[in-house]
Amino acid sequence: MLRLEKRPNPSRFWIYGTPFLAVALTMIAGGIMFALLGKDPVAAIKLIFLDPLFNGDVASYSRPQILVKAAPLVLISIGLSLGFRAGVWNIGAEGQYVMGAIFGAATGLAFYPTESRLVFPLMVLAGAFGGFIWAMIPAILKTRFRTSEILVSLLLVYVAKQILASAALSFLKNPEGAGFPGSRNLAQIPAMANGELIAGTGLHWGGVAAFLAVGAAYVLLQRHILGFQIKLAGQAPRAARFAGVNPDRLVVLCMGLSGALAGLAGLFEVTGPAGQITIDFGVGYGFTAIIVAFLGRLNPLGILFAGLLMALTYIGGELAQFMLGLPAAAIQAFQGMLLFFLLAVDLLSNYRVRLIGWGAR
Amino acid sequence: MTRQTLLALEGISKSYPGVKANENVGFTIGAGEVHALLGENGAGKSTLVKMIYGLVRPDEGQMTLGGAPFAPAAPREARARGVAMVFQHFSLFDALNVAENVALGMDNPPPQRELAAKIRDVSEGYGLPLDPARLVGDLSAGERQRVEIIRCLLQDPKLLIMDEPTSVLTPQEVNILFDTLRKLASEGTSILYISHKLEEIRTLCDGATILRRGKVVGSCNPREKTARELAELMVGTTLTPPERAKIETGEVALEIKGLSVRSLNPFGTSLKDISLSVRKGEVLGIGGVAGNGQDELLLALSGELRSAPAAITVLGQPVGQLGPNDRRRVGLLTGPEERLGHAAAPDMSLLENAFLTGAVRRRLVRNGFIDWLETKIFAEDIIKTFDVRTPGVLTAARALSGGNLQKFVIGREIMQEPAVIIVNQPTWGVDAAAAAFIRQALLDRAAAGAAVVVISQDIDEILEVADRFAALNEGRLSAPVPTKGLTVDRIGLMLGGAHGMHSAEGHDHATA
Repeated sequence: MLRLEKRPNPSRFWIYGTPFLAVALTMIAGGIMFALLGKDPVAAIKLIFLDPLFNGDVASYSRPQILVKAAPLVLISIGLSLGFRAGVWNIGAEGQYVMGAIFGAATGLAFYPTESRLVFPLMVLAGAFGGFIWAMIPAILKTRFRTSEILVSLLLVYVAKQILASAALSFLKNPEGAGFPGSRNLAQIPAMANGELIAGTGLHWGGVAAFLAVGAAYVLLQRHILGFQIKLAGQAPRAARFAGVNPDRLVVLCMGLSGALAGLAGLFEVTGPAGQITIDFGVGYGFTAIIVAFLGRLNPLGILFAGLLMALTYIGGELAQFMLGLPAAAIQAFQGMLLFFLLAVDLLSNYRVRLIGWGAR
Repeated sequence: MTRQTLLALEGISKSYPGVKANENVGFTIGAGEVHALLGENGAGKSTLVKMIYGLVRPDEGQMTLGGAPFAPAAPREARARGVAMVFQHFSLFDALNVAENVALGMDNPPPQRELAAKIRDVSEGYGLPLDPARLVGDLSAGERQRVEIIRCLLQDPKLLIMDEPTSVLTPQEVNILFDTLRKLASEGTSILYISHKLEEIRTLCDGATILRRGKVVGSCNPREKTARELAELMVGTTLTPPERAKIETGEVALEIKGLSVRSLNPFGTSLKDISLSVRKGEVLGIGGVAGNGQDELLLALSGELRSAPAAITVLGQPVGQLGPNDRRRVGLLTGPEERLGHAAAPDMSLLENAFLTGAVRRRLVRNGFIDWLETKIFAEDIIKTFDVRTPGVLTAARALSGGNLQKFVIGREIMQEPAVIIVNQPTWGVDAAAAAFIRQALLDRAAAGAAVVVISQDIDEILEVADRFAALNEGRLSAPVPTKGLTVDRIGLMLGGAHGMHSAEGHDHATA
């Protein structure tokens, strides 16, 4: 019989060990699933985890793609993780991401056809503002009327997607686009493009912002009083009030920060890899970022690695779909397993598992 | 008088990782005996009774009940064999009425109407009047305890276990409870009575088993021992009561005028028109039965509940509208009752917990950044000065024993040299040595010129440390009286008497 005993102190070893254990368990369970689908499990796992990095045929394309995909994930996750630590559940980063892209793109296009490079910083600010404003709706409703930020932020995703569709079809539609939906291609307008900064790496301004966000969040949580208040409010709300933390202020702050970062991610995406506002601009980075945040244990450095890992499974997953004919749903299930195992083995850090013989009762 | 043995324990041991909660414990309880289990917090009393009630299984040893082997795997089995237990913390639902609450704790509850009639019968038979239709949320702590007791009595127990039953009662209510217990014992029900209050045990119990660090260190007839002898058996050393030098009180440091605050909790007690003043160097004790507004009073003083600015003044400065940190700046510090989760964050280290309230007065923040080095010096200072037993400042607060964490939490406030310090239940659930240490530290702070307010449900504690006493009853505060010459009976009446209870013997202690 297995029994769980609470540890007096959380185990340092397992805090860092569980993500690796979860990845290993995902490989095993995923391998079984792939085998049941009639595919070679070893080849599939190798295709997902190793080939994007090391297979000479595809790596020149897929390696830069990892940074391209990881940048928005990390950027959004960092913002979300601060809120999650404080017990503020922003589930609607996808909507804030979309709104950031729309605000940023609209700002840029208002100056079209400018050649001034100053328009790009302005678009960055507008993108952050778009995400911030969209996140302020659930934040203010929560502090004023005690609504659930989980529901409001989530539902606003669908509102944002309607606005996105309308932008692509009407107010941001490319007047020279021959009637096709979608805005002008910002990546092709030199003043507004967010191109690759170092050739062959996939690093664009979004990646730079993601790295800066990781560093800033790390310092915030370790050294700044705000980081302390965030952790305290999440762990012990009554102690936080005793320590003079204003919970409403923290809600506004965490929502605003995560919204602004999601908006930034959207802006960098629409000016770079995506290039234009289209109906299907939102591909789910805002939702996947939630998984990344937990996979990284809400720790900035952890999130950086988790974002890179998640990007790898995306690209490897596409590769496996393409090369082995695995269904897309199998790849999604594989990513789901990763989150499942991570949350499941999480309890090892606070509990000790004991084997107890049946005879010892 | 020789009694038939009802329950016998032999060689009972139970270990948890790192601690032996019980080691080779054995004792017997006769039918109709009131038997005390005496020991400090952490001596292993709770683990032992949990094993008898089937909540925990012993690693080794045997129990027999009524001559037959007894090894309950679950409380249900223990109840089926006639063992009932009244817990220290009530498991009642505020929003349900008495009969519904009683039904929830029974294995096969009868229909509501039948149950209500039964509750009335039993409650009147044992002098514990209780209306089955009342909402539990509206009951006093003493009445809530009656709900628990009646729930047990309805199952006709052979053995009734009572875990620290008097901690929530006024002295008059205690007398009534004791009459009920004596009546039960005279009818043949055995009672296992757990407490660390020596006088109670001397008046009530026929036999006592004393536990220290999980082992039986003695058994006796408590009536033949003095309270002091019992205490020394329990603690294992000789105890010195706290001392205080006679000090001149100075000007008024804390003044409360007409403070009324609504409770955040719908079943909480709102404060009604509270006024008091405490001088420098003075200790004011505020007594009261649990749930009469103690928590709300502490929150109103800590700044977690706000009031009109002039309702609270510290050193002549109005602070009612200020938040906790602004009040700390002025010199008003508080120590809430609940150590884990309110005074300290359980999963955070002692280092972080030192920062929790120390940030302002110790200047631990520079331009928004935390000075962890300075915080570490502060935390180590607390640990050293208050003799907190811990491997280091990075240990999580929840890993500390109750007494050690309480010393840390109280030490954290005192080391910030408050002008006014208010503590709620400063020694609740703390071993005798730590309790004496904490009381002495509070007295020393008063001697250094601070105004000290001790909110406590432990009357002995108040009599020991306070210069003046005031009672909190349903959110109202009585006028303070000097503690010198105050009797326990008089205090009991100030606390609200027995809330209209009648004793099983028929005479009414409330008017005594």
